Amino acid sequence: MSSPTQAFFGLLQRELRLTIRRRNDWLNPPLFFILVVALLPLGIGPDPQTLALIAPGVIWVAALLATLLSLERLFRDDFDDGSLEQLLLSPHPLPLLVLAKLLAHWLVTGLPLVLISPLLGVLLHLPLAGILALPVSLLIGTPALTLIGAIGVALTVSLRRGGILLTLLVLPLYVPVLIFGTAAVTAPAQGLPNAGQLALLGALLVLALPLAPLAIAAGLRVSSH
Amino acid sequence: MTAAPLLLGTQLTCVRERRRLFRHLDVELDVGQALYLEGANGSGKTSLLRILSGLSEPRAGTVLWRGENIRDCRLSYYTQLLYLGHNPALKNDLTALENLQFYAQLSRHHGEAEQALTHLGLRGHENQPIRTLSAGQRRRVALARLWLSTAQLWLLDEPFTALDRTGVQHLQQRMAEHLAAEGAIVITSHQAIDLPNITRLNLS
Repeated sequence: MSSPTQAFFGLLQRELRLTIRRRNDWLNPPLFFILVVALLPLGIGPDPQTLALIAPGVIWVAALLATLLSLERLFRDDFDDGSLEQLLLSPHPLPLLVLAKLLAHWLVTGLPLVLISPLLGVLLHLPLAGILALPVSLLIGTPALTLIGAIGVALTVSLRRGGILLTLLVLPLYVPVLIFGTAAVTAPAQGLPNAGQLALLGALLVLALPLAPLAIAAGLRVSSH
Repeated sequence: MTAAPLLLGTQLTCVRERRRLFRHLDVELDVGQALYLEGANGSGKTSLLRILSGLSEPRAGTVLWRGENIRDCRLSYYTQLLYLGHNPALKNDLTALENLQFYAQLSRHHGEAEQALTHLGLRGHENQPIRTLSAGQRRRVALARLWLSTAQLWLLDEPFTALDRTGVQHLQQRMAEHLAAEGAIVITSHQAIDLPNITRLNLS
């Protein structure tokens, strides 16, 4: 009998392997992220002060949408080819397997956003303090976005056109993350401390980390019914 | 008091898209027995298999594994269950070997994946991505799990699909071995099966 740890890392390995072999999957979200932010100055105008003012919000919204776009296919392939059934029938706790899938997904789609974000901060003339705060806020915020969004994905996976429903389900839940995330960048850019905003963002993540996998597992069982 | 049967479904009712597929259906399966589900297309064979596996909830009735409701003993039931749906559940971008190794990590397996593949005539195809294999070869890769699993109960949905004659023979032989080794099987198929201890259940 395989141990739960083996199952966790087995699934993680399979997911990472699959993404590496399908290049489009992991190139899309960062490309979307970069394009949205890079096109913005063309529409707004090149005034550094205006750009610096809206930079935190724009970068955060772009990261949020990039995450949402990438999430739609999280369980879709597994659902279509029958692997999801095999996960549901595994002798290991389903929330644990869900967590492995989400970790793989975040490593491929969330982490690149965190790493690229300082560069985009420079592009939008964000002050140095803001540029430094940006990846920190995204590092805490994007896993929360993935965890919360996946609940919606699990509930809509059996629907052929679940995309719009997914957006409607998930966006209200994303609002707190967006507000605290943006505030955690805006404050240092204006010379204020941001420990409070980061703490609240961290609290959201700490709350989502154990609870979301339970909800996702239940959602998947309902969807496969 | 006699011991509880291995798998017992009582008064099962299944409704799909407002159509009643079956109702008050009793299913009983003991060690060493096979149950062969017959019926026309759309008569509820797959639905019954999914209910027995716990993937779907029946509209009414319960499924008991060794006398315990499968909802209350899900994880211990699943250590003894191998369900192969009509979808082979293989990843197209992974090789045959990688697919099997993943399932070995996910559930109870013993023995070598390479050996099972060789046994099924897939030697030389182990490191080929699934997408490059034929339908019959894919089916063989999926079925290789029957040679690796230690599960006691097999739920097989149309396992003979796309198999050639030697493949069918191989599979029947393996099923007979499984039954002899205190296993149990529930199977749907449109093909005649020749197994000892087989009970037929017609859903039409």
